[in-house]
Amino acid sequence: MTATILAILGMALATYATRASGLYLMRGVVVKGRLKAALDALPPAILMAVIAPTILTTGIAETIAAILTAAAAFLRAPLVVTILTGVISVVLLRMFLSQA
Amino acid sequence: MTSSAREFRQGLLDVLPILVAATPIGLLWGTLAASKGLVPFEVWLMSATVFAGAAQFVAIEVWRDPVPWVLLTVTALIVNIRHVLMGASLSRHLGGIDGRWHPFMMFLMADENWAFSERRALKTPLTLGYYFGLALPMWITWTTSSIIGAIVGRSFGDPAAYGFDFAFSAMFIGILAGFWKGPSPGAILGASAIAAALAKLYVPGAWYIVIGGIVGMTVAALLYRKGEFS
Repeated sequence: MTATILAILGMALATYATRASGLYLMRGVVVKGRLKAALDALPPAILMAVIAPTILTTGIAETIAAILTAAAAFLRAPLVVTILTGVISVVLLRMFLSQA
Repeated sequence: MTSSAREFRQGLLDVLPILVAATPIGLLWGTLAASKGLVPFEVWLMSATVFAGAAQFVAIEVWRDPVPWVLLTVTALIVNIRHVLMGASLSRHLGGIDGRWHPFMMFLMADENWAFSERRALKTPLTLGYYFGLALPMWITWTTSSIIGAIVGRSFGDPAAYGFDFAFSAMFIGILAGFWKGPSPGAILGASAIAAALAKLYVPGAWYIVIGGIVGMTVAALLYRKGEFS
């Protein structure tokens, strides 16, 4: 087996281990009150954490584009329109800010 | 139409915009992977078996010759450790689904279809049909766009010139807006964002994702008031 295939299989096993173990973590635990509030907050908190470095520490173009994207999302634009808002505004902002 | 076909169709409709956004991201990843020396089959194999965009992008950053397979395995574990918390959260909504499907459902649990499942579960019980309506098209789109990127990627030029590198972040912002109810999400998201950005700057590796998630959860627990329905 080549090192490349070994690396891919290692990554696949590690990833599956993380995915499957959560299933058994909460077994038998009654979820309510403060614990429920914390678990309910997890989905948005994780999504935010994945993108926060990109939108806060990459550059001013990415930060402004993220604000415009969020504005589109809050105006209830369809998801495709929201994503396009982000992609188009980041291209324009990078062009504009590199000339300024 | 049977009810599970209806559920599958609803999942597919919900995930369609994500498929549109994931395609250039998959093409980009396949292109980068090929530039590091992976052959198209290896590119497909990683997308098919790892099926985790963030981990795959980090892996390609780390990739070199000779292939550091132990380091890559450990890095995948760290980037994906958030899945433990995600799975724990999702497991609360699997009560209506035959347990024999659970291990396979977990194999397909990517950020996007997990987020849609969580959002769906706020309103109506989660079904197998809805989940596969999200997850199977995602898997097909991700594997297909990766291998196409590996084969023809170099002819696209620089993906950043088209803003494709930002599509991932824009997609997450769009999904996040669906979770926003009342004032407390602002505090939770703000705390998570600041913690993750600081951790990315000062903590080596990919721990920033876990740190941001835990800080967000902690703020939610602190803001909790007894009797509040949230």
